[in-house]
Amino acid sequence: MSTAEMRVACKPADYKSDIKPIWCPGCGDYHVLMSFTRVFAELGLPPEQIVVVSGIGCSSRIPAYTNCYGFHGVHGRSLALAAGLKVTRPDLTVVVASGDGDGYSIGGNHFLHACRRNIDMTYVVMDNRVYGMTKGQPSPTTEPSFDSALSPGGTGLRPFHPLVIALASGANFIARCFSGLPNETAAILGEAIRHPGFSFVEILSPCVTFRPDEKEWKDLVRSAPVPATNDPAKAARRIMTDDGFNLGILYRGDRRPYQPSVPRPNADLSELEKEFEL
Amino acid sequence: MSRQSRASEISSLADLFAVAFQIEADAVARYDLLAEQMETYNNPELVAVFRDLSRAEALHRDEIRRLAGDIDVVAHARGLKTWTGGESPEEADLGSAHYLMTPWHALQLALAAEQRALAFFTSIAETTEDSEIKKMAEEFREEEAEHVNLVHRLLQKHPRPPESWSQDLDPPVSQE
Repeated sequence: MSTAEMRVACKPADYKSDIKPIWCPGCGDYHVLMSFTRVFAELGLPPEQIVVVSGIGCSSRIPAYTNCYGFHGVHGRSLALAAGLKVTRPDLTVVVASGDGDGYSIGGNHFLHACRRNIDMTYVVMDNRVYGMTKGQPSPTTEPSFDSALSPGGTGLRPFHPLVIALASGANFIARCFSGLPNETAAILGEAIRHPGFSFVEILSPCVTFRPDEKEWKDLVRSAPVPATNDPAKAARRIMTDDGFNLGILYRGDRRPYQPSVPRPNADLSELEKEFEL
Repeated sequence: MSRQSRASEISSLADLFAVAFQIEADAVARYDLLAEQMETYNNPELVAVFRDLSRAEALHRDEIRRLAGDIDVVAHARGLKTWTGGESPEEADLGSAHYLMTPWHALQLALAAEQRALAFFTSIAETTEDSEIKKMAEEFREEEAEHVNLVHRLLQKHPRPPESWSQDLDPPVSQE
């Protein structure tokens, strides 16, 4: 976070836009929106100092529902957009929102390199293990036994393990949350935003329409039995051996964030606008 | 994962007011969000139920703020480390929402939330050694008990729907 000195007294509602979410009732993403607004209020960041960048998918609708600056970007390219923004405007707090399809499939390569670059931003992936917006196709994190009209008999494919990939690729902070615990999620998001470098927070966010079985997640999640470590080897063992339902901060690294020196443009905005005139 | 109770961590009257205020404020936020969801899905009967519940919680929230007097309950709640990590006992479970849910379902959500709040204040009243905290916690407990009774009375007007309540003749289906 680079605007600690700019704390303001805002309520969570002050970070919510007038646009009503159109997620399905019961969707975990409602909770995530609640966690976003709560953590922004808790951090006391002025809305204009926060940018929420997203790609495409149900979860990526979230910038429109906040009162912060937002960029609803190209499918899988939210991290590329956010990296460019943060490098040129390090004074802003950049939060990137994505889903398991947008973030791990279409945007999989950007994910690896965002972890590697370790730019100071927070990447939040709302993982529901399905492409919800396009009606229920299996995603990279879908279980091999997921039997649907589009994957009869299951996919038979080993799921992608985002936390392991993030750790191996160099993410500096790794956590897992459950959307149904919005205060706990907000607290972890606060830690992630404050932590220097690339913070990755996976939020288990049930899709009640195409994965009604995920309603059971609330009974499966539990706090991780051990505190966060800064030892990548310990973190790797911990992440690889858990069942995907341990919640909390699982790794807190101490790599120095990448922040290249980028000269501020001295061109007037109107001169730039001329370049886009048709 | 169960909701964490922080009843044993209330060490002053200011803590109690702050937590009680935050519980009600969070409940208002949840009911408003549920009402918005039902507006989006054109379920006006449920919109009315959730708005009524929100109004009731808002009245309670404002009453707590009045009782707290000079205590800045919002700022004090932020300072309570014990509060940020857990979930408010009275928050309705958003994950249980359904676009075809009925007033009975909404009231079941409310009943569960009120019962958790009742248990929370009961726990404080029964465990604190501070007479002022005990007295105020008992007042809050009585109010929550009244809310539980109110929801039970409302449930008599809205009986359980038939098993087919979620039947949708044009349901969302996986693309084929």
